[in-house]
Amino acid sequence: MKKKISTLPFKGTPEQAEQLMAVIAGVSSGGHADKSMLMHVMQQAQSIYGYLPYEVQVMIAQGMDVPLEKVYGVATFYSQFALAPKGEYNVSVCLGTACYVKGSQNVLDKICENLGVEPGECTEDGRFSVEACRCIGACGLAPVMMINEDVYGKLVEGDVDGILQKYKI
Amino acid sequence: MKSLNELFAVRDEARKKMTVRDGGGDVIRVVVGMATCGIAAGARPVFSALSDEISARGLANVDVAQTGCIGMCQYEPILEVLENGKEKVTYVQVTADKVAKIVEQHLIGGKPVAEYTVGGVVDSVADSVFSVNNTDFYKKQRRATLRNCGVINPESIEEYIAADGFGALAKCLLELDPNEVIGIIKDSGLRGRGGAGFPTGLKWSFTAQNYADQKYVVCNADEGDPGAFMDRSVLEGDPYCVVEAMTICGYATGATEGYVYVRAEYPIAVARLQKAIDKCLELGLLGKNIFGSGFDFNLQIRLGAGAFVCGEETALMTSIEGNRGEPRPRPPYPAVKGLFGKPTTENNVETFANIPQIIWRGAEWFASMGTEKSKGTKVFALGGKINNTGLVEIPMGVTLREVVEDIGGGIPNGKKFKAAQTGGPSGGCIPASYFDIPMDYDNLVGIGAMMGSGGLIVMDEETCMVDIAKFFLDFTVDESCGKCTPCRIGTKRLYGLLEKITEGNGTLDDLDKLEELCRYIKDNSLCGLGQTAPNPVLSTLSRFRDEYEAHVIDKKCPAGVCKSLLSYEIIADKCKGCTACARVCPVDAISGTVKAPHFVHKDKCIKCGACMTRCKFDAIIKK
Ligand SMILES: Cc1cc2nc3c(=O)[nH]c(=O)nc-3n(C[C@H](O)[C@H](O)[C@H](O)COP(=O)(O)O)c2cc1C
Ligand code: FES
Repeated sequence: MKKKISTLPFKGTPEQAEQLMAVIAGVSSGGHADKSMLMHVMQQAQSIYGYLPYEVQVMIAQGMDVPLEKVYGVATFYSQFALAPKGEYNVSVCLGTACYVKGSQNVLDKICENLGVEPGECTEDGRFSVEACRCIGACGLAPVMMINEDVYGKLVEGDVDGILQKYKI
Repeated sequence: MKSLNELFAVRDEARKKMTVRDGGGDVIRVVVGMATCGIAAGARPVFSALSDEISARGLANVDVAQTGCIGMCQYEPILEVLENGKEKVTYVQVTADKVAKIVEQHLIGGKPVAEYTVGGVVDSVADSVFSVNNTDFYKKQRRATLRNCGVINPESIEEYIAADGFGALAKCLLELDPNEVIGIIKDSGLRGRGGAGFPTGLKWSFTAQNYADQKYVVCNADEGDPGAFMDRSVLEGDPYCVVEAMTICGYATGATEGYVYVRAEYPIAVARLQKAIDKCLELGLLGKNIFGSGFDFNLQIRLGAGAFVCGEETALMTSIEGNRGEPRPRPPYPAVKGLFGKPTTENNVETFANIPQIIWRGAEWFASMGTEKSKGTKVFALGGKINNTGLVEIPMGVTLREVVEDIGGGIPNGKKFKAAQTGGPSGGCIPASYFDIPMDYDNLVGIGAMMGSGGLIVMDEETCMVDIAKFFLDFTVDESCGKCTPCRIGTKRLYGLLEKITEGNGTLDDLDKLEELCRYIKDNSLCGLGQTAPNPVLSTLSRFRDEYEAHVIDKKCPAGVCKSLLSYEIIADKCKGCTACARVCPVDAISGTVKAPHFVHKDKCIKCGACMTRCKFDAIIKK
């Protein structure tokens, strides 16, 4: 999958950098990082920064003594790693089989129409981002979407505007 | 924990506390299903309302616990009341405001609130049925692998031990030698539940045969098939069972380190498994010298990051090593050269979940269930166009008809069954003509489908089989890791052809091209992803060729799904001229005057379907 790479200026704080260094220290012994923990470190970095900008990838590469291209390679391989920041509210619509069969594509279309963005994009004000995901394991409630941590199930297109409105205020 | 006696002491103590299980006392046990589905449907507020109400009323004889998936996902949140010597009562679609009445009338007054029970809420269940055990959904099921899911509190090791947990591990470590353990697994006939159905005992014996300074056990909890959630349910509902099974596997194969690779979309499963591991370390059920036997075993969790190919065993191992999760050619097989280059046994979550019971209850017990070559039970995640969605466990060999009609309660809205899809993006579909074939590994392969990991998605007449094939190809194009060309380019071309067909630009020639390309990709791809990616196309093409032909010859989509091939029309006789459709149309494609039949301008119509949803008189049809 091709990923959007952010062009926004990097706004990391020293506290964030400190947290990241602590994570790397946690997987190191005798000054050497356990390289098999690269994904773990990147996952932690993403939860600290919200995404993995170039600057953070460099910190990880140097901190763990792995080539930068390896960090970038892993970041682009797995769909969970984001190279662009997500919105304040990330709307993630399940396009897993159970949800798709029950019409989740229409729900996704409706959301994109409401917010005026394409899947994978973020609204200009940075409030909402929209993405398609594959199965969050709540197939019994299909079609399903998540807005940050909140799960909405048994959706129909008509529910979309009302649900989004709750987050717009 | 150093001896069997110590384990039995914990077990007896825990059983005493859970009086419901073991006779005596008038304790009432209330469990709330708190797996992902339950929580998504709102189980947390129900749980806290219940705890508050019970402590406010000072009910000392009521024990409230969370539990895993009870199985009827659609009717979550579910709450069950268990009393000694009585049939349990299942409340479905519980909300926080229903709790007070349940406490008042049932827990205190002893009279179930009939209208909130399964029978009261679910139309297809008789009003007099209070327990989920007496519904059609449950009657044909046999809960063996899931025996603890929805029964015990998954975060309590005592409850797991009370259900004979860790008895199998003790038996292995203290009474059996590794070869005997493998022998039992071989005799049981257990086959891998991850999809391919490879005999588990045989797999273990391969690793056991190889000498190395370090060996590993890996549990595949990547559950990549979108629409499947069996492994999640096991991890969320019975995490200790997986820990116990992996330790047994370690003992049998000579491994002292284990990894569980869980997909990152399952935070609750990860949290419960981590708790289970920590607790086991604390009690000496993991770590050094388990049960004083001299055997050491350690377990770690690794999170995936959203890559389907990482469910493939070699890719999974590359991913645990911290790399891009690209597959490696086999041989060498993992039993020879697996994780970090060492002999490794890799099994699926559900496969592991069967192990402790096989050891504890014996190979014959397990082998008594199922068909000749497929023993035991299989858990399915039933979803799609079916009345009862949820988690279903049946003995191997039950027919699709029983699953769809009896357990699943048929298709909603009186629609007709078209096909069931198993095996996800690597699988195929089972058409109605095979409704009565006993489902086991070999039969399903025989009809061009596969058992898969257990996702079973039902499709009705409104599902377009070409569109579904395109859906799966979209998935595999996205998920192809790119290492080998047949898969990377081939799936893209396949998708292109399907897109052409669904857009109405396909020819009969394209159908032959599809088939040829499918065979090429199958034969030449490096790993299972590419080798199986064409399956959804091949299977729909052979079973539903008429639908493909309708798309290319008549330029019609019989199911009414493919937008380019649809047109909306207003039936003049039915149209009352209310103008609702014209007002809702975003592109002004409908015209007409008040109280006279309206008309759709096909050149302007963008086929959004808004008019059809809006019409109160069923006057708009799509063709
Ligand atoms: C593309 C691909 C994806 C797979 N995904 C999974 C998966 O998500 N979970 C799983 O258990 N096995 C998956 N498998 C099967 C594994 O490679 C492996 O056969 C299985 O985990 C072995 O365990 P078992 O013998 O217990 O079934 C996948 C295979 C392929 C080719
Ligand atoms: S397919 Fe959507 S939650 Fe599983």
